[in-house]
Parts: sequence; structure tokens; C-alpha cells
Amino acid sequence: MSPMKRYPDGLGNRKRVRRAQAAAKTLIWAAALFTLGILVVIVGYILIMGVPHISPEFLTSAPRGLGDEGGIFPMIVNTVYLVALSLVISVPLSVLAAIYLTEYAKKGRMVRVVNYAIENLAGIPSIIFGLFGFTFFGRLFGFGWSLLSGSLTAAIVVMPTLVRTAQDAIASVPAFYREGSLALGATRLQTIRRVVIPAAVPGILSGIILSMGRIVGETAALFLTLGSGTRAATGLMDSTRSLALHLYTLIHEGISVPKAFATATVLIVLIILLNSLAHGLAGRLNRTKETKQGGRRCRTS
Amino acid sequence: MPHQLTVIKPEPETQRERDILHTTEEYGQGRADGFKALPEEPVIYTRGLNLFYGDFQALRDVSIDIGRNSVMAFIGPSGCGKSTFLKTLNRMNDLVDNVRIQGEVCFDGKNVYGDFDVAELRKRIGMVFQSPNPFPMSVFDNVAYGPRVHGLRDKGGLGQIVEESLRAAVLWDEVKDRLNGSALGLSGGQQQRLCIARVLAVQPEVLLMDEPTSALDPVSTAKIEELVSILKKDYTIVIVTHNMQQAGRISDNTAFFLHGEVVETGATEDIFYGPKDKRTEDYISGRFG
Repeated sequence: MSPMKRYPDGLGNRKRVRRAQAAAKTLIWAAALFTLGILVVIVGYILIMGVPHISPEFLTSAPRGLGDEGGIFPMIVNTVYLVALSLVISVPLSVLAAIYLTEYAKKGRMVRVVNYAIENLAGIPSIIFGLFGFTFFGRLFGFGWSLLSGSLTAAIVVMPTLVRTAQDAIASVPAFYREGSLALGATRLQTIRRVVIPAAVPGILSGIILSMGRIVGETAALFLTLGSGTRAATGLMDSTRSLALHLYTLIHEGISVPKAFATATVLIVLIILLNSLAHGLAGRLNRTKETKQGGRRCRTS
Repeated sequence: MPHQLTVIKPEPETQRERDILHTTEEYGQGRADGFKALPEEPVIYTRGLNLFYGDFQALRDVSIDIGRNSVMAFIGPSGCGKSTFLKTLNRMNDLVDNVRIQGEVCFDGKNVYGDFDVAELRKRIGMVFQSPNPFPMSVFDNVAYGPRVHGLRDKGGLGQIVEESLRAAVLWDEVKDRLNGSALGLSGGQQQRLCIARVLAVQPEVLLMDEPTSALDPVSTAKIEELVSILKKDYTIVIVTHNMQQAGRISDNTAFFLHGEVVETGATEDIFYGPKDKRTEDYISGRFG
């Protein structure tokens, strides 16, 4: 075997490689900066336009007239009702479905089909859910434009997210917890209830918080189902209006641009708060997972 | 020391009786593979056990007796089937897909794969795993977990069981002031003793230990070994180990596994100082493995 031939000019043109590196780096930085820029501009613009119109009175009083005077207190209350009711309906169903899919169902065609369906459901435009909710809950069940119709529809909108995050959270519970429990003579159900679910709670919670944000911001699925009442709901059958719907109406019907910006500010602050809460929880989940996998474990919880 | 049987039936009816006859003078040399049945009733025995993962045969014709209140060690190179065999005894292999098992596994005179409710079986045959796996709960809740899933609700009773189990696992003095602290805050060796306490709390008869010290430092290992020698007065212990010295130190009987077969089984001194099979001798003297 002869020794390798040496190339007099080295392996290639180092200068060109370095230039390409620098160009790529600049491009990537620019893209990142642009994305961040868009966010800052939108949020900043809304805040600048909205904050001057926000007052304690705006937050705590009912709208007068069509909404061009007064505040948004009933919409805040309705948004809370809507979120609570939707989650009460969707969370138990989603968590149970996720438990079935990860712990019980035989890994095969059925699970693949269901997972595929869930993925597609997550991609359906929410106006379609609105149309469905309007005809199914509103007309067929006779719930009309009501808190109930809106909550049921919103529950369907967030279920794919909830099922998927709960599935991921349950699947990431290490197998040795299950083995430890089963080896003590615990049944599968006891193992799931006492070990797997508690360990999956942070992940499930972050899915719930993401869903809250989605419901708070949902418009298309709700304006055909929730209604447009401007009073705080007193029953399930009341036609109501969430913050996002109120914003839509203020702009769409040209009622008041300042009030719309003020409402948008409240919405944005709410959603940023919810997202950072979810982010924090997801971070905590990842940390505990790392320590579980490492040889030495740290104290958690 | 030849074992004397008091009664020999003229017509042995079960495989086990035939095996015992093989070990008596009357039947001379015994089985070709050197297998000898224990003359007294074993707690667990297997006969002709074959296990397949899909097409792969992980255990071949394994016949072993495990005597009461003794320590049995399984030794052999990685992948020889010793852990797999251990897991057939409490049916933890049920959790693996595509497992097929043939042959007889008997515990307390009954077929493990037929006459037992799995939960009941695992309550009576406890298991300690390779790396400590306490639940992410408090020390107390870890130990109380077993009794709770088996239906104990009484607070005083639970407290007593937790204390007794932690004392039996020689951990009580180290954790008595932090029973409500997270079990994940303990050291690795403490966690493994906590896992042993957790098993003892369901009052098993047999303890299966799957390389219980392989993730631990020498000091923690010594503590676990000491614990095993204390526990064998009250429990039957089956331990899988990679550590030859450990098997020599703590076990009464040893079985040597190779390629899914039991090459040799017998009293630990006999296996270590007078192995009959060349392969056992090679493994023990460190020529492979």
C-alpha cells in the first residue's frame, strides 16, 4: 500500500467555505430576528393602542350601548365560564382516551388509525367546528346560541391537543415505575392510577394550559355557537360573548376601535400569561425526566 | 453427603419424583446434564422450561430447584438467560411482547402459569431490580404502596408495616426523620434498600433480585450483601449477579447459565471449588465472560 498522496493546495478552498459559513449564519440570524420582530411589533402595536384605554372601570363594568361605552367585565366572566365548562367536558375524556391509547390498546392498526384521526382533527379549520357545533348542538340538540353549545364546540376544538399532550406525558413515564408497581402485585389499573398518572400530571397540565389559551382566543368556532349576548351568563342556555368574540364584534360592526384595542390588550396579556405558565410546567417536566434518566437522582417535587 | 430418602414410591408419577429418584444411589449417575433435584420439597422448581422471544430461544430445557430459606445465585455471561429465567418466576416476562413459554414452573406446589392470579403470585414472590426504582413519592408512601394496593387502609397498621419493613431493610435509622421527604432525594444505596423495604412490606415468601448491586458503589454493595445474609433466615432469595465474588460470598447454591442452558447447578462451594463441567470451570476462573 502506498502512502496517501498529499495535495499541494490542501483539500479545498478554505476561503470559499468560510464565506459560505458566514452567509448562512447571517441568513439564519436574520430569519430569527425577523420572527422576533413580527412578534414585538404586533404585541407592541396592540399595547400602545390599547393600554391608554384600559382603566379599572373598563375592567370592572358592563358595556353600555353596543359596547362603544363602558367596559368588558361580563365578557371576562363569560370567558372564564367558557374555559371552565369546555375543560370540564374535554379534559376527562381526553385523559381517558390517552390512557386507553398508551396503556391498553394493542399497538397496531387501530391505534394508528385513531392517532391519524386525532392529528387530522387538530388540523381542521375551526370555522368547520363552528359549523358543526351550530348544526349539531345548536339545531339538532336544540341548545341554540348558548354557553352550552359554545363550550361543547370549544371542547371538541381542544381535544386533539389534550389527547396528544396527555399521550406524550403518559408515554414518557419511565417503564421502571410500572415494573416496580406491577412486581409488588399491583394491578394494571392501580399502577396507572397511583403511579403513572401522578407522574404524568405536569405534562397533562401543560396541555390543559395550552388548551385554555386556545379557548380564550377562539373566535370562528364560537361566533356560530356561543351567541352574542353582552351580559354575564346566568345559565347554560344563555347566549353569551367571550372576550375574543366581543373584539370581533367591535371591529366587524365598526362599533369602537379604541375599545377593540383595549380588549385585544387584555386578551394578549391573558394568553401570554397562560403560555408562560405552560412553558414553566413543561420545563419542570423535562427537568424531572432528565434526573430520572441520570444515574443520580435529584430531589423533585 | 448422600441424601437419604425416607419413602421411595415404586412408580414415580411426576417429573419431580423421577428427578429425585435420579439422585439416589439406586438410579446411579443421574441425568446427563448433571441436574440434581433437592430431596426436600423446594419452594420453586422448574422442569423442562423453554422460553422464546419470537423466534429466538432464550431458555433451553431449564430445570432448577430452589430450596426454602436459602440463597440461590444465578451466574453466567451477559445474555445467557439468567435474568430472563428470574422473570419467569414472578411472570414479569408477561409484560414483554411475543414471549412464549413451555414447560413447568411451580411455586408452592402450584403451576405459576395456570393456578395463580398474577397479582397474588407477585405479592408472594417479590422482586428487586437492577437499578433502584423508587416511585416519585415520599419514603413512607413508597413502602406503604404495596400494602395499600393490597387493600390496607388503616393508618396505624400502615405506619407499623412501614417501620418494620424499613428496619428489616436496615434503613430505618437513616430515614426515620425524613419519612415524608421524597424518596428520590436518597442516595443510590439507600434507594435500593428502600426498594427492598418496599418489597418486604407486602410480606413475600421469595425475593428475586436482579443484579441488585450493579448500579451501586462498593460500600452500598456491602450493605446490600449483609442485608441478604440477614434476610435469608426468613425469605428464600434468588439473586442474579455478574459478580463472581458476590455469588461466592452470599449464596448457598449456584446455577451457572450459558446460552440459555443451565450448565451446572449445586452447592456454591462445589461449583466454585470443584466444578464438574469444563465450561463452568472456564467461566469461574475468568477465562471468558
